[in-house]
Amino acid sequence: MCDQTFLAITFGPCDNCSQNKPLMNIYLKNEPINYCSLCVELMACQGLAKGETIHTLKTESETLKAKLEEERAKLHDVELHQVAEKIEALGQFVMKTRRTLKGHGNKVLCMDWCRDKRRIVSSSQDGKVIVWDAYTTNKEHAVTMPCTWVMACAYAPSGCAVACGGLDNKCSVYPLSLDKNENLAAKKKSVAMHTNYLSSCSFTNSDMQILTSSGDGTCALWDVESGQLLQSFHGHSADVLSLNLAPSETGNTFVSGGCDKKANVWDMRSGQNVQSFETHESDINCVKYYPSGDAFATGSDDATCRLYDLRADREVAIYSKESIIFGASSVDFSLSGRLLFAGYNDYTINVWDVLKGTRVAILFGHENRVSSVRVSPDGTAFCSGSWDSTLRVSVRFRFSGESDLRNILYSMVLLFTGIRDYRW
Amino acid sequence: MTINTLSQDGVQRQQMSCLTKMERMVISMQDPDMGIKLRNQRLLITVIPHAMTGADIVEWLIKKCSISDEEALHIGQIFVKYGYIYPLKEPRNLILKVDDSPYRFQMPYYWMSTRWPASELDYAIYLAKKNIRKQGELIEYEKECYNALHKRINHTWDFVVMQAREQLRASKQRRKADRIVLKCQEQAYWLVNRPPPGTLDSIDHGPERRTMNTRYLLKRTLTITLCEGLTRLCVCVCSYVKYCEQYQPHDPIMQGCLPSIPWITDDIMFWNMNCETVAVPTKLRVERWSFSFMELLNDPMGRKEFLTYLKKEFSAENLCFWQACEDVRHGETSKIPEKVDEVYKQFLTPGASRWVNIDSKTMEKTLEGLKRPHRFVLDDAQMHIYFLMKKDSYPRYLKSDLYKNLFARAIVPQETKKSVFPFMRRQRHSSPSPALATQAAEDDGKAKNSNSFKSNSGTASRR
Repeated sequence: MCDQTFLAITFGPCDNCSQNKPLMNIYLKNEPINYCSLCVELMACQGLAKGETIHTLKTESETLKAKLEEERAKLHDVELHQVAEKIEALGQFVMKTRRTLKGHGNKVLCMDWCRDKRRIVSSSQDGKVIVWDAYTTNKEHAVTMPCTWVMACAYAPSGCAVACGGLDNKCSVYPLSLDKNENLAAKKKSVAMHTNYLSSCSFTNSDMQILTSSGDGTCALWDVESGQLLQSFHGHSADVLSLNLAPSETGNTFVSGGCDKKANVWDMRSGQNVQSFETHESDINCVKYYPSGDAFATGSDDATCRLYDLRADREVAIYSKESIIFGASSVDFSLSGRLLFAGYNDYTINVWDVLKGTRVAILFGHENRVSSVRVSPDGTAFCSGSWDSTLRVSVRFRFSGESDLRNILYSMVLLFTGIRDYRW
Repeated sequence: MTINTLSQDGVQRQQMSCLTKMERMVISMQDPDMGIKLRNQRLLITVIPHAMTGADIVEWLIKKCSISDEEALHIGQIFVKYGYIYPLKEPRNLILKVDDSPYRFQMPYYWMSTRWPASELDYAIYLAKKNIRKQGELIEYEKECYNALHKRINHTWDFVVMQAREQLRASKQRRKADRIVLKCQEQAYWLVNRPPPGTLDSIDHGPERRTMNTRYLLKRTLTITLCEGLTRLCVCVCSYVKYCEQYQPHDPIMQGCLPSIPWITDDIMFWNMNCETVAVPTKLRVERWSFSFMELLNDPMGRKEFLTYLKKEFSAENLCFWQACEDVRHGETSKIPEKVDEVYKQFLTPGASRWVNIDSKTMEKTLEGLKRPHRFVLDDAQMHIYFLMKKDSYPRYLKSDLYKNLFARAIVPQETKKSVFPFMRRQRHSSPSPALATQAAEDDGKAKNSNSFKSNSGTASRR
């Protein structure tokens, strides 16, 4: 059970259907009323009522947003970077690629780390899903999916299975067999069924449940064993591109981002959308929780990454630069949450200081878009997958404070052999 | 669902914001006062007006955006790749060179954002012009395209050739400098819209994304509500600072790790020393258990230690109950009724061997819910016990001798000794796959029939 308190869900009779259900407090024509989530959905899906036009709806929603912003602004007493001024600035960042995983024949679209901190699963445009031991760069398993554009892949918490999906509109789970002769595709289990492409999938705390997001505008929670739909989440008005589970082991929430420029926070039990954030100017490609679970970062096609706080219910920081023109496709935090790694469509990876809001490093080397950036579970390295069909595991080189000559020489040799072996 | 790389809507939605930004920058580059200094550039014997050098472009970017040369070169390359700037010296090669190679700005007519269809007909006319102008000027892939188009739109081929001839005749009336410029502009445009095989396709993008359902969005927006009990931003921000400071020593990217980062030194001691079954943990690991109750529970070793402590306090059933509830929440749907029944027998029945102390209201609600067991039926009880442990047992554990002794015994690893020949790569050993480990455990588990502490439904901990 989670010790973070979110919106207290009231329980009672719905103003519309009179059934006893978890209620949402909403505004209709500026009047606060209580509807259950089903009635909210029905209302939203209705056509325009008498006297309503898109224009009147727009004005109404703008007024409401302005009112809410006014309330939120009362608590806006300080800026993040102001508080961060007192903190020591980060030193020079030297990042080097230590492993290049070559083997995909086409664009790498997604990747995920295994909890053993060294294995990786990656998926590509040509339908191949490969499991690597990134430490030795050996390929351990390979599966060919029946569809192209496998945009989602995830490693099971136990390390015994992988889930993937894409244009086939499904999410399939493959138990990883160590028998070399066994065809992995034979034991495939079809779990999720959507009506449009699968954009992202993630196991919850066990191998038994999977959370998926899809181009059909919904997210869904599935039971792996039976393939049953446990809960569905409606509220996005366009494709959902990404989701991330809250980090508390006992937590019940997740955040999703979509093409409607919104990031929504959901309660997994009730299927309710508990919070919503809309400040981006374009599609949100990726969402990731801050390690403490109190905030989350987003990467968007408007070339900015933003940090949203759940307790203050607002955006608290924007990470952008005039020279960054292309959208951010993927973001991830370092273990302490001090750094934000963001992969962009201009083939670079920018590393941001989360607290000060400045960029601390820019990494070149990929020859096409960076589609996926993930920090390893123990925070020792990060892996980037790109449309240039490679995956690169990179680390930060730090020169230890000792003035031991051997130490300095060693670090320099590593630095230069790093340059010789790999491109950046 | 098809992937249409030339779908107009696709280019419009996903790329438009980038193209708009790029165009804004290109326009400011051409600003007469603050932009790049354009001058006449000599190309062999012809003088081309309004041109600039590669070095000029990079220099302007460095100054405008306050960035390094590497980044400025990278951005300049993108402008060339997307056809906003084209080279005059080697027009086939859309690359930015930081020297005195001449470049020019592309006409807005040819900009990507104009969404000019770049149809087959236009391409055919372009290739025909090239063919007529100088025999053999078409390179391999262009010849193939030409022949393919010839077959495909054979019915309009007369029109194509006629157009090509007309355009060539009109161009002969221009000055040589203008002719060269127009030729380069057109070539750059087609290099971007019909990239040679093997080069990067700038228009390439992923599957189509639908446009928003505005009406649904607006109706949904009306249901936005203010969260109760918002926190002041000052409090939120300070909590990030505190979190980052607390975890910084544990973040290898920020502060390194001992003995060393495996990816750098090819030495996996760091992973071995922190694995689940190690005899003596590291100091950092034990310290981390004191950050929050969740950190303690997330680490299997921490959980074990905590259980040992609780046993001494005769409240071990709390942790076991919590663990069993987790198992219900995250386990297979089909096993829920039997698991819930087990939990009831062991923990909730009055007089049960491991009876847990829940307040009467929660107990009543839970027992009521047990009549129709579902995944979340034990949630309230679990939350109650979790908070009980967190507020009571956990702080006492941190003050206990058991924890303090463990912390004292915990080791601080020695930094990996640097080898005499640091450039010799060490052997990288593979590790047993987690799939193998759990397969063996499952086989064992099937033999025993335990309702023990470790569940074998595949629930793994965070470390």
